[in-house]
Parts: sequence; C-alpha cells; structure tokens
Amino acid sequence: MSDLFMPKMPPALRKPFAAVSLLALLAGCQATPTTELRGTGDLGVVVERATGSLAIVDTSERRILDRVEGLGDLSHASVKFSRDARHAFIFGRDGGLSRVDLLTGEITHRVIQSGNSIGGAVSQDGALVAVANYEPGGVKLFDSETLEEVADIPATWIDAKGETQRSKVVGLVDAPGNRFVYSLFEAGEIHLIDMHGDTPEVTRFTAIGKEPYDALIGPSGRYYIAGLFGEDGLAMLDLWHPEQGVTRILPDYGRGEERLPVYKMPHLEGWTLAGGEAWLPAVGRHEVLVADSNDWSLKGRVPVHGQPIFVMRRPDERQIWVNFAHPNNDVVQVIDTESREVIATLTPGEAVLHMEFTPKGEQAWVSARDSDRVVVYDTRTLKEITRLDSESPSGIFFTDRAHRIGL
Amino acid sequence: MLPPLNLRLSLLAMACALPLAAQAETPLSAEREAELETLLYQDCGSCHGMTLRGGLGPELPRSRMNAYSQDGLAALILHGVEGTAMPGWEGLLTEQEALWLADHLQNDNPLDE
Repeated sequence: MSDLFMPKMPPALRKPFAAVSLLALLAGCQATPTTELRGTGDLGVVVERATGSLAIVDTSERRILDRVEGLGDLSHASVKFSRDARHAFIFGRDGGLSRVDLLTGEITHRVIQSGNSIGGAVSQDGALVAVANYEPGGVKLFDSETLEEVADIPATWIDAKGETQRSKVVGLVDAPGNRFVYSLFEAGEIHLIDMHGDTPEVTRFTAIGKEPYDALIGPSGRYYIAGLFGEDGLAMLDLWHPEQGVTRILPDYGRGEERLPVYKMPHLEGWTLAGGEAWLPAVGRHEVLVADSNDWSLKGRVPVHGQPIFVMRRPDERQIWVNFAHPNNDVVQVIDTESREVIATLTPGEAVLHMEFTPKGEQAWVSARDSDRVVVYDTRTLKEITRLDSESPSGIFFTDRAHRIGL
Repeated sequence: MLPPLNLRLSLLAMACALPLAAQAETPLSAEREAELETLLYQDCGSCHGMTLRGGLGPELPRSRMNAYSQDGLAALILHGVEGTAMPGWEGLLTEQEALWLADHLQNDNPLDE
C-alpha cells in the first residue's frame, strides 16, 4: 500500500514505517490507520440504496476501494463534493446530511437536518452546503467543514385561498456569485438565494409554470431551467439578467398529443448542452428533445426506447446517453449528436438508474439496480470493460463534479 | 387521515366500476409477488420513498392506506389520481396484482403509523 512513496524514503526510515503498518494491520480494520498518499481526482462514489451504504470507487483501477455504511435511508440519495474533492456530502431521503472522507472512508460529520430531503449543492466558494427539503419544505445552509447550520430558509408561498403554505423544494443548484437557485414544486416558483454577503438575500419569481419537478443549470452557470410536470415546456431564468424574469421555453412540444402515464419523473441534472444544442427528456413521451440553445426553439425530437430519465452528454459532446423509466428501464441508448440517431442500445442489466462519465469521457459507468451491479463501458467501442458487484446501486458520482458549476 | 371528500367519492365510483373477480383467479406465483414487492419499494418508492415515508408523492403509512377499502385502493393504483402526478398503472398491472399491492400496503406495511 505504501509502494508508491517507499522508494523515496531513506532506508533508515523504512523499517519503522513498515513496522507501524504491520501493527496497524494487526490492529484490524478500525478506521484506516495510515492514509495512502494519493489524489482524489479519479475517485467517485456509488450510492447503494437498499443497504444505505456508499461504495468508494477508483476509475483508473476500475474497482471498489472502500465501503461506507451507516448513512441512513439512501433512496433517491444524491452526492456533491467539497471544493478540494476530498469529501463527499450525501443527501439522504431521511433528511440525513453526511460528510464522508473519501480517503479514509470515515463519516466525519452527520446531521439529521429535516424529515425528508432530495438533494443539495455546494457554494461557489466551497464554504457552504445547501440542502433542498421536502419536509418541511425549504432550504437549509450548513458550514461545509463542520455541518453547523448557517441559515434556514422556508419555502413559503401564498396559495389560491391566500394562505401561506410551504412547498417542496426541487432542482437546487449552485450558481456563480455564491448564489443558489431552486424551484418550488407546489408553488410553481423559482427562488434565488444570494449568499455573497453575511445574510441570505432571497429573490422570488412567481407563476413560472405548473409543478416544476427538477431543474438544471448550464455549464457556464448562466441559464437555470426548470422542467414542468403540470404542463408541457420548461421555465428559464437567465442569471445574467434576473431582472428580466422567468421565460417559458418549448411551451408546446407535445401539443395535441396525449401524454403517456409517467411512472418516474425525469431528471434534468445531467444537463446536456452539445454543439449549441440542448438535449432534454420529454415528459410522458418516448422522445428526447433537441433545442437550439441560442433562441431555445425546438430543433428536433429523437424517438427512443422509452420515457427518458437521464439524458447525459459524453464530455466531448459527440454522444448522448439515455436511460429510461419503468418498465423500459433495462437498456441504455446512445445517440450520435451529429446525426441525431440512436447508434447503440446497451443492456447493462435490470433497472438502470444512473450513468456517469469519467472526467474526459473514455468510460461510462452505469448502475443496474436489480442486477446488483455497476457496468463500466468503453465509450468508443461501446463494449463492456468490466462489472463491479454492488447491492442495489443507484446514483454514481465522480469527483470532477467538484469543479463544475451546478454539479 | 381520510383523503379529501371528492377523492373518496371518485374512488368509490371507481371501486364500484371495478369488476372484482380477482379472488377467484389462480393465486399469483411467488416469483410475481417478489417482483411486485420490488416494484412497490423501488419504483413506487421513487416518489413515495423506499420506506414509504414520502418524497414528491405523499407518505403511505398503514393508517392512511386503511382509510380506503382494499378495492378502492386497488382502483386508485390502477387508475391514478386525476390532477396529481400519480399515474394509473393499469398498463403494467392486472387487477389481481393491484389488489395484492393494496393488501400489502394495508396489512404488511412496514410503516406502522
């Protein structure tokens, strides 16, 4: 384990070090005693939702390094990384917020901060972690080092009867200027928190559309786009010009067509902007939508295998990978962005929940929940490289997200 | 906690419309029951939570599930709830299977609240 730096040490120092390592080894497996000197740039985590555990993975060696348990209810859990990419923040369904050290596999801090949460974001300066809560609806902010609460911002709105209600919060992302943006499901609003100063400043955008279910922010951090469940179309906020308010895009992509029953809400997190085009899942249709990212007009609709959930671009923007809602969730389709055609249909296993590309995109890792495995593909040949055993794997998150806006 | 009156009435209407020959059919195979259980906790769970404690959809504790008749609950599963994100599952489930899920939610529900 210390092979990497042993040769650099003077011979006299080798022996005691080796003795310490041996002792540590004999002492058993309590918290890794000597952390291997290594970077975190090729690490990542796989959420194992049934067991409430996290597998720490190495994408260079393509193996599971460690497993962290005791993270609570991880159904629909998501993960963000600290600015130094050493720690992972895990947002559990049960309101648990945990901070895990990727190198030691320890849970350094853990708080139960609400009754039911859905995800979170790390601020531009890395100092804050924000959590989106369903119950009670709102956003809480924490110090990213200590997980001490910094602010509690209830997601309140006035309903049709004039009464103040709290709304579930979805689509929380970080934005440039140490801001956070999120949407209110029941309220149909987008809120913007500015954390540039000492106290949070909240700006509300009302009547943005019916039932925003998730949102994304473009790679530059300029456009925040919420998908609408209650109607066709998406709501867009230009963060360079928030004074212009929220505008509707692709308002009639399904006009005159009956929607299929939606067995699973699509996700927008894998925001896909490729070659001046935005690739998005259509709600209730077996289609991926292609929009012009300059004027947001609809440029095309690509027929696919089922109702798309994640529509994610390979980092070089040449391919889009798509997974699907139940019951068509046993395949992944690969679309060529140039021809807009499906070029491959892959079968990684039952219940494919998530996909993640390595930072430069040579591999795609795919979780197949009901087959208890993660399948690693070579994205050039579209052939399987290896598969890793993992119990009910769902979200896969690699540390390069630490340095990308909104991820 | 009872569902809103209009929902209860529409459920009642649906329940009456549902032909309930299910009990007379051959019982579901153990394999199919296992699949339904996975469906319930994993796929229904994507909105209602894997522990049924809720998510974008409401929580499904035993008390709430028993506010419905078993037929009414099965009908709700098959036809969905108008005006909400709850879809009808009739394209994927038979009446017998929906009744099995309703029975499970009412009697084998791990969320005993």
